Amino acid sequence: MAFTIFKRKKKARPKQKSPDRGFLSFHNTSEVIKAESLLKQKGWEVRVMGPPPELRTGCDLVIEFPLVEQLNILRVLEAKKITPMEAVPVHNPLLKPVDLFKTTDYGQHLMVRAANMKLTIEKETLKIVNISGGGCPDVPYLGARLVGKDLRQAPSPREIGHTLCGYALQLAYEEIKRQCSL
Amino acid sequence: MLALIGTVPDKGFPLVSGTVTLKDDFLSLDGHKVSVNRGTPALIAAASVTCEALGLALPFSFLVGDEGIGDGSRKLYKRLKDCLPYAGARVITFHYLQPDVDWHNRILWALEQKDELPVLIADAGYMYAAKMSGFAPSYDLFTPDIGELAFLADDEAPHPFYTRGFILHEEDNVPNLIKRAFEGENAARTLLIKGAKDYICTRESILATVDTPRVEALEAIGGTGDTLTGMVAALAYGGYTVEEAATIAARANRLAGALAKPTPSTQVVDIIKEIPKALEIVLVEAARNGDEINLTSNFSRSLGFCHCEPPARRGLCPGRRREAIS
Repeated sequence: MAFTIFKRKKKARPKQKSPDRGFLSFHNTSEVIKAESLLKQKGWEVRVMGPPPELRTGCDLVIEFPLVEQLNILRVLEAKKITPMEAVPVHNPLLKPVDLFKTTDYGQHLMVRAANMKLTIEKETLKIVNISGGGCPDVPYLGARLVGKDLRQAPSPREIGHTLCGYALQLAYEEIKRQCSL
Repeated sequence: MLALIGTVPDKGFPLVSGTVTLKDDFLSLDGHKVSVNRGTPALIAAASVTCEALGLALPFSFLVGDEGIGDGSRKLYKRLKDCLPYAGARVITFHYLQPDVDWHNRILWALEQKDELPVLIADAGYMYAAKMSGFAPSYDLFTPDIGELAFLADDEAPHPFYTRGFILHEEDNVPNLIKRAFEGENAARTLLIKGAKDYICTRESILATVDTPRVEALEAIGGTGDTLTGMVAALAYGGYTVEEAATIAARANRLAGALAKPTPSTQVVDIIKEIPKALEIVLVEAARNGDEINLTSNFSRSLGFCHCEPPARRGLCPGRRREAIS
């Protein structure tokens, strides 16, 4: 049988515009202007535009931003006390973050999964022994920073992560702390 | 050439490309070292030991430091757009990169300018970008876990973080999620779904499932999905079809895990060390038993596995390769 590792493929077409962008909404136009300046100054590609009808907002402008980098962007804004009302995906502003968790009890270890991220601790010592799942580049970074640390003293993924995978790990981190009554 | 593309969690790591060396749990490339722990270094290490076991040329890697800010990924995207179409790669695996649809599309279109496309494999962040772009069917293989499969099955979700709650991320819902992912044009031609049971499937059917040996601790260990993707890439480079490569790799990855006798605190580097032995066992076992390797479908019969004399001097199964790879 002939085997060809190369092949010609049919070109596809993109399904939607701005699938990886999000909207930040604010209480007033002044905050929008300050946020836009700050984010541009930090090197992000953002733009100010009118909000979609689904997005209830305090003013008539929103900022479009790279959705995956939400965790980092929110931290930068909050450090300057510019807190958005909402951060939502552009193509469906009604989507909400996952709120389902799956817990696996291995006996001596406990694992919690939130979306695509899994956090595992040793129950007796509360040491973080593994982080798995995810696809954004801060996942290996978070693994390097958190694995081996005591859950009670480790920095939260929200503090040191940058992406939506980091955000998902934050949810797993909060859930495992809740289950450990911390 | 087998090209492996991704990031390492070190912002000081420059953009480098070439053949890595693996020594003492570290990868070295162009004078720069990185720990084989999880992520793309684990994928590269697994692909390298698999290539070595099969007697193939070692992979060519494109690496850059990125801790999640995205700066390294964007530098790498630019390099890839300019260089990748001319690199002569026969198999390309895209891995931990900041998902960016615009850059993803530019690279895909640059590759499509050539008459022939290589085998394209996407995992991790690049798989997210490929799904969001609407070009998922341009890829030969995605390797999602259950949470990521739910994301592929959700036409609306721009990232697994936003997967809608009614799309249950449960093992017993996998066939339904597979169906949704293909119907929404959000899947590559082949999916290898990593879970308690691994599924190898196309739009038409579930070709194989692999669920032995069952090592529950593997799900907790960061990097075990990366090693699986690395092995598939190397096997595809070795001439196996993507479906065959996925099935062999799924079995060998589990076996490597079992050989390491892991707990949930085991680190993936201990599993990578067992890959050559696991691969040898799987290929020899397949050669000896044909379709009796605990796959739960008829796929292994058509797969035929390895009908050569195992293992040869340098390669485990050189006769199985259907085309000489340079």
